[in-house]
Amino acid sequence: PVHRALAFPAWGLLFLALWMLPRVLGMEENPEHNNHGNEGFQIVTFKWDHVQDPYIIALWILVASLAKIVFHLSHKVTSVVPESALLIVLGLILGGIVWAADHIASFTLTPTLFFFYLLPPIVLDAGYFMPNRLFFGNLGTILLYAVIGTVWNAATTGLSLYGVYLSGIMGELRIGLLDFLLFGSLIAAVDPVAVLAVFEEVHVNEVLFIIVFGESLLNDAVTVVLYNVFDSFVSLGADKVTGVDCVKGIVSFFVVSMGGTLIGVIFAFLLSLVTRFTKHVRIIEPGFVFIISYLSYLTSEMLSLSAILAITFCGMCCQKYVKANISEQSATTVRYTMKMLASGAETIIFMFLGISAVDPYIWTWNTAFILLTLVFISVYRVIGVVLQTWLLNKYRMVQLEIIDQVVMSYGGLRGAVAYALVVLLDENKVKEKNLFVSTTIIVVFFTVIFQGLTIKPLVQWLKVKKSEHREPKLNEKLHGRAFDHILSAIEDISGQIGHNYLRDKWSNFDRKVLSKLLMRRSAQKSRDRILNVFHELNLKDAISYVAEGERRGSLAFIRSPSTDNIVNVDFSTPRPSTVEASVSYLLRENVSTVCLDMQALEQRRRSIRDTEDTVTHHTLQQYLYKPRQEYKHLYSRHELTSNEDEKQDKEIFHRTMRKRLESFKSTKLGINQTKKTAKLYKRERGQKRRNSSIPNGKIPMESPTHDFAFKEKELEFSDPEETNEYEVEPMSGGIEFLASVTQDTATDSTTGKKSKGESANPKQDPPAGLKEELGGPGPKAPQEKRTLLNMHAHLRSAAARRVQSRRSFHRPKPLRYPKLQKLASLPQSCHILPHSLEQEETQL
Amino acid sequence: SHRRSPCPGRGNSHTWDRALCYFGFLGDSLRESRGIGKEVVKGGVGVSSASSTIYQSWPGKGEGLLNWSSDDSGVIHKVSSDQIEQLHRRFKQLSGNQPTIRKENFNNIPDLELNPIRSKIIRAFFDNRNLRKAPSGLADEINFEDFLTIMSYFRPIETNVGEEQLEHCRKEKLRFLFHMYDSDSDGRITLEEYRNVVEELLSGNPHIEKESARSIADGAMMEAASVCVGQMQPDQVYEGITFDDFLKIWQGIDIETKMHVRFLNMETIALCH
Repeated sequence: PVHRALAFPAWGLLFLALWMLPRVLGMEENPEHNNHGNEGFQIVTFKWDHVQDPYIIALWILVASLAKIVFHLSHKVTSVVPESALLIVLGLILGGIVWAADHIASFTLTPTLFFFYLLPPIVLDAGYFMPNRLFFGNLGTILLYAVIGTVWNAATTGLSLYGVYLSGIMGELRIGLLDFLLFGSLIAAVDPVAVLAVFEEVHVNEVLFIIVFGESLLNDAVTVVLYNVFDSFVSLGADKVTGVDCVKGIVSFFVVSMGGTLIGVIFAFLLSLVTRFTKHVRIIEPGFVFIISYLSYLTSEMLSLSAILAITFCGMCCQKYVKANISEQSATTVRYTMKMLASGAETIIFMFLGISAVDPYIWTWNTAFILLTLVFISVYRVIGVVLQTWLLNKYRMVQLEIIDQVVMSYGGLRGAVAYALVVLLDENKVKEKNLFVSTTIIVVFFTVIFQGLTIKPLVQWLKVKKSEHREPKLNEKLHGRAFDHILSAIEDISGQIGHNYLRDKWSNFDRKVLSKLLMRRSAQKSRDRILNVFHELNLKDAISYVAEGERRGSLAFIRSPSTDNIVNVDFSTPRPSTVEASVSYLLRENVSTVCLDMQALEQRRRSIRDTEDTVTHHTLQQYLYKPRQEYKHLYSRHELTSNEDEKQDKEIFHRTMRKRLESFKSTKLGINQTKKTAKLYKRERGQKRRNSSIPNGKIPMESPTHDFAFKEKELEFSDPEETNEYEVEPMSGGIEFLASVTQDTATDSTTGKKSKGESANPKQDPPAGLKEELGGPGPKAPQEKRTLLNMHAHLRSAAARRVQSRRSFHRPKPLRYPKLQKLASLPQSCHILPHSLEQEETQL
Repeated sequence: SHRRSPCPGRGNSHTWDRALCYFGFLGDSLRESRGIGKEVVKGGVGVSSASSTIYQSWPGKGEGLLNWSSDDSGVIHKVSSDQIEQLHRRFKQLSGNQPTIRKENFNNIPDLELNPIRSKIIRAFFDNRNLRKAPSGLADEINFEDFLTIMSYFRPIETNVGEEQLEHCRKEKLRFLFHMYDSDSDGRITLEEYRNVVEELLSGNPHIEKESARSIADGAMMEAASVCVGQMQPDQVYEGITFDDFLKIWQGIDIETKMHVRFLNMETIALCH
């Protein structure tokens, strides 16, 4: 993922380069070249002009990024001052330096740059990671604030300013009512970039956040329409505006907002559909996400619809399907790239806002106008929020308290959208453009710096309910799911169309039509929230298991209770392939050890000769070391060869096993000496039942009917080198022993299906794999091993009993090994699914 | 005549009266805002002995859950009495103008058929524990009062109630859920029961096998055990989730904002055919 993520800063540069292209084209001539033109061929030439513009852009980006690093050096500063404010200040300083050197404001935030290249990534990021359920749950509230609130703000601010202007306090200005309304409309909208930047650091509760943030996103349509309407009115002239135009304006609002949304949904559909078929072009898979959503933005811009709405809805609608379709690695790439682009764009926006302010030509100071604007936007924001909340609270289930209202009013930050809009104004039509620009800059700076600075203490002081990040819990998800169904059932029974009813209908439709159409077949299966949580927990489990093993470097960790906080659940999820992929991926990310063992290389070469491509599912095998020299040869632009050599895995597996076996010998001795120690272990293990059952979730069993797995094991251990060290004899003894256990269980009460499943266990599960190690190639006598296994089995049974419900399985006949008796009463979770067995069979 | 229903001609006036009183005598303000005389309500109580028994058996004397209207703005009251009217209409629709509803009546609701845990939900309507009639068992049929009792579990919690009352409401709501899981009414959700629920929950997805549903239930059970019991002795067996454990699991999740149905906009009724 890192490799691919790196490809994307280039995009950002490319965009910027495109913007600068016209300017670059004008500088074909190289003065240096001309000077020395007759000196023949130059070994080295200095062509600054040739690269000047992209170079400067890259430098700016670098400066902004470095600045971010510097800010975060001091935790104290960033915890108090929001980053956006710091960036603006930095921009001011840099702008000052540039101005001092050049006396021309050569770098400003132009509307084109902003709207085409900087805004889309931020909004896309917001849409793609939008908590959909929360958003749609509060959609009514958000819409009210976004539409009515923005219109209210625009109208009141514009009219009040006009009123004050009539009273003469502002002095002589060449503006009429329409100009004031135009100004009001562009200054009214809450800015998504600023809101995100500030609220991300404040961590208010999610409902509050989604309301403010959702408002800032959805008000774009209103802003666009109001801006366009008044802009055209201003150019028409006040006397020529008719009632028809006003009606047209209202109509255009609906067209712009609905159209934008529709474009977004259409492109989301396209995007989902495309990602369904990218199986063989995994490497460019993430690109589709960006390109198609960017196209949705541009398309709606082209049709003069609300581009922000389009890209927001594109991101929101496609997220489910895209995340299901693309591979885990691509998903990570998309996630990181999106975050990187968005945060990069945000950084640049704020820095350039600062830089743009350093330009004496745009500054027109009018104290009354600027101060009154500040006062009006704050006051009317408060009034608007209070009025709307009063209305909303009549209908809302979760009431918005006064504290929430305060935060909402205070969180109404203005930002770069307003600035870009005001810069877009035509100076010939709007005579006082400069005044508007300077006022907007002041307003933006005031809201971002002052309110951004104070909102955190305010939130703390008001004790606003903060959001809390919680671990996903399986129970929570299950109950949540049950709840959804209950609520929709209650609505059905009580016979009303409520929120739950609609959601239920939608999810039915989604499951029956959309998912089938837009998701890969394999993804349809796995896209279930509950399964996902289950999967996540399993992953965590596996990772910490391996990490723990790594840390201790021995098997001792199996017996210790320190791997807490992980739910010990059965590893056999219904999708072994996905599990495998993600486990390996995560493990590789976590385990950074690189081993350049020469022996390893040799081993690898030797094992290449192996024709059998046996895929094993041991987690242990998943963390592989990649010898770098070999890796180079495998370079390909189109393929990210992930696990190109299974053989190497195997080799490493062997080596690890050997190492572990060494350390195991010592501990094993300790166990055999005193039973007391064993008991102690048992107790220790009993303290935390979940971790105790980590190694015990699976039983390493070989069914005699399915000896293919067995053979494969033999194959593994009887590698040319391995055989020198270990005899096959004791291992097979161990397996035999295990097999007999299986027979017992199988004949007991469990069905044949289950015993079938068990046979696959050692292949699937890390603990099982470990057991195999112990039982398998140990050089000691089989007798000793048997006692050992017995003990393990006993420990396991303790865990099993705890898991067991009161109604355990019937045990009709006594078992041969009394200590293993409890094995039979293991819950079925310990048995692997039948279909995963099939999977294995096909692989073999 | 003093027992006249405020909405004359609306079907079975007897049931209607009782229903009104059922809600009425719990919320004083409702009575006043609707201008119903005290006799009416008293008479109502006299008539509906059943409802008063429920009332008596209700812990906390009906504060909270059954109290549909607790603040004093008239608008909401009107809505809630409308809600009762609507629910009553719906009840009659479901029952086919009978005074009671049987399980079969629920089969007439087309939207319900897609619900994976439909049987569990319908069962909850007849569960004596939810109806507060008996500690276990199922009722054969329920009348309108019972219907309302079940519905009242889904009443949104008022914002201005005290901490204690909030806790009480929370518990009641969770109890409903708990009862749904604990199908044999022994006060414990055993692994079997849990598996059963999870299987049903996931049955909506045809791609998920029963086995994986089971393993998920097992995982959830282990999680529950670790949350509730924490350290366990080696010989200790986790019998199942008790109600206290259930509360523990739900700690920190604000159920009161989740478990509610908006009994508004009743005019837009999805008619059952």
